[in-house]
Amino acid sequence: MVKYDTVLIRFGELSTKGKNRKDFIRRLDQNIRYMLREHTALTFQRTHDRIYIRLNGEDNEAVKEKLLKVFGISSFSFTEKVKSDLEVIQETCLRIAQESGKKTFKMITHRHDKTFPMNSDGINRACASVILKNTDLKVDVHDPELPIQVEVQKEFTYITSEKIAGLGGYPAGINGKCLLLLSGGIDSPVAAFELMKRGIMVEAIHYASPPYTSDQARQKVLDLASMVSIYQGRMKVHMIEFTDLQLEIYKAAGDPYAVTLMRRMMYRIAEKVAREQGCIVIGTGESVGQVASQTLESIACINETINIPVLRPCVCMDKIEIINIARRIGTYDTSILPFEDCCTIFDPKNPVTKPTSEKAQEYEAKFDWAAMVDECVLSKTTVVVKPEVKEELFL
Amino acid sequence: MQRRVYLDSASTTNIHPEVLSAYKQLLDRYYVNSESLYDEGAEISRMLEKARSAVAGLLGVKGNEIIFTGGSSESNSMAIKGVPLALPGKKHIITTQTEHSSIMNACRQMERLFGYDVTYLPVTEQGSVKVQDVKKALREDTALVSIMYANNETGALNPVPEIAEYIKKNSHAYFHSDLTQAIGKTEVSLDNIDLASISAHKLEGLKGSGILVKKTHVPMEPLISGGAQEEGLRGGTSNAVVNMMFARTLRLALENRKKYEGQIRRLHDILVQGLKQLPGVELNSPESGLPCTVNFSYEAIPSEVMQNALNRKGYLISARSTCEAHSDNPSYVLQAMGFSDRRASSCIRVSISRHNAEGEIRGFLAALKEICDKYGEI
Repeated sequence: MVKYDTVLIRFGELSTKGKNRKDFIRRLDQNIRYMLREHTALTFQRTHDRIYIRLNGEDNEAVKEKLLKVFGISSFSFTEKVKSDLEVIQETCLRIAQESGKKTFKMITHRHDKTFPMNSDGINRACASVILKNTDLKVDVHDPELPIQVEVQKEFTYITSEKIAGLGGYPAGINGKCLLLLSGGIDSPVAAFELMKRGIMVEAIHYASPPYTSDQARQKVLDLASMVSIYQGRMKVHMIEFTDLQLEIYKAAGDPYAVTLMRRMMYRIAEKVAREQGCIVIGTGESVGQVASQTLESIACINETINIPVLRPCVCMDKIEIINIARRIGTYDTSILPFEDCCTIFDPKNPVTKPTSEKAQEYEAKFDWAAMVDECVLSKTTVVVKPEVKEELFL
Repeated sequence: MQRRVYLDSASTTNIHPEVLSAYKQLLDRYYVNSESLYDEGAEISRMLEKARSAVAGLLGVKGNEIIFTGGSSESNSMAIKGVPLALPGKKHIITTQTEHSSIMNACRQMERLFGYDVTYLPVTEQGSVKVQDVKKALREDTALVSIMYANNETGALNPVPEIAEYIKKNSHAYFHSDLTQAIGKTEVSLDNIDLASISAHKLEGLKGSGILVKKTHVPMEPLISGGAQEEGLRGGTSNAVVNMMFARTLRLALENRKKYEGQIRRLHDILVQGLKQLPGVELNSPESGLPCTVNFSYEAIPSEVMQNALNRKGYLISARSTCEAHSDNPSYVLQAMGFSDRRASSCIRVSISRHNAEGEIRGFLAALKEICDKYGEI
């Protein structure tokens, strides 16, 4: 691996935003600094369309891994910042070629400083000839293994060989807060990731039914939250224990409507917690048709209970797409750990797939659910998780 | 006191201090059953699953594709017996003539007790199986092909990636590879490999600890029936702390491979150069093999005598597979490579690890020369 001294960061969709651009870039800059806070030797420089980070000896690979987790970066490159002097440029290109271990290359020069005494083509030829003379690399203008980009500015020149795609999206936290129903399954952590991609700050709410659900199930949810929290620094998780409410639901509605009613209650609780916490919307990992409670009829019957927008980033994704994202963000293996979730208490044999509002209301009229919903909100506990990896002796 | 020099790391290794200290600390605290529902059991279960994911991550497979076992011999038996038994109607197994005894004897059992037809593929003089031979041997009813990545006696490498790719594309047979000697010694990819065996004690880990990688699509019957541990494929209360330590063992081994590759190559070159200068010494290891394993013969002195003589001079080496150390037969691995019985009965295996220094290799060469000079004439 070639050692570089600078990282050049390009912004994604930020470029399209006129008015808020400044705020966006400032936020991105903050987020990048926060993500890299352990690398104390780094120094940062911000221009109108780039962020430059001087590595000052910090580990390239570690910095790269972290930048790959920052939303708002469209791409970045490791580059060498040198004096705009032909001889120095040539030497640096040669060293990059020698250390790359690649077989073919191509020179791509952009001369921003037109006072530089040689034109782009001339610089290309001058650098290529040094590489051809001193290494075994061959020129391949169509599909080079090592494209070497030279950007000649007034005082300094940036020499870059690899463009790494960033996550894209908006900087975390730029777009307000969402309260996400986090279940412990595969979909909701993916939903969290997708929401964060749009710059939304995600808080989570989780429903537990002890003793039907175990502490392990609770820990699993916190682990998942901790994994996705890396994209926004930390995450608040509100834990709701609603076993009593579930038992009442079962008494009132019986098997087919139990899950429908349960989800109506979950939405109601979420709405109250969202308003209390200043979340503008709630989010879920629902995907149309996946289970009985995610048919369009169910979604309609459940959604009608609240008056706050619901964002469902996974709504039209296939399971396989969701799984692929879960794998990429590292939550899949944890999500599939087989612990009981809060639905197990009912384990309906024949859940209704086309629930109606009338029926649901009829069952709900049989007990005082409103008081129980308030009680759930009141007795919630809140944990703040961070992406810290617990030091394990066996790893 | 005589200085003892350990040149037998292909047989087993010392325990890495970081593995040992962590093991001791954990063993003391985490003794309850990982399947228990109370908090303590759940905590162990959580740790175990985390370790499993870490192992999977290091190998580039999925978490539920790692089965903890008691070591490679067990993993090999699971693959050779467990997969064909789950595939009724398929009665053919392909392996090679140079596999470890745990593969060989499992195959013979399948022939003898269950009427399976086993093809034992020959190897070249370099000790490797030919891809062409695998292609020819594949049949409609081939259940499993098992070919080791690197040979334990000679360090010879098989073209496993090519074989795996061919089988994946052209056959319904499953492909198993014994990685015991290869992992931590050379770059190994599990692409297209359906099953793989690894032992911890070859990697500065604990004895009685290993894994079988079994990709999710592979059917398998358990050898040890019991509870739902290890996806129901290996019954018995989980040896949880030992299994957890596999994660750290593998991580350290993979890190150290990169770090010490150069040192081992250099020691290998010194050893091989020295051996070439000793009259009568014939190298059995191919040049393209693992640098850590050097096998040679000095026909005038049988293996056992040579081992005794080297032992008396303080050098700990093997003749061949340590699992075969108490057999008098010539090495079947060397025989399969086409070497004479005499040469196959006088082989010596030196295996180099990161703990060896140049002085030890030079000392070994000097001791070997003395022994050859003194006893070689009789």
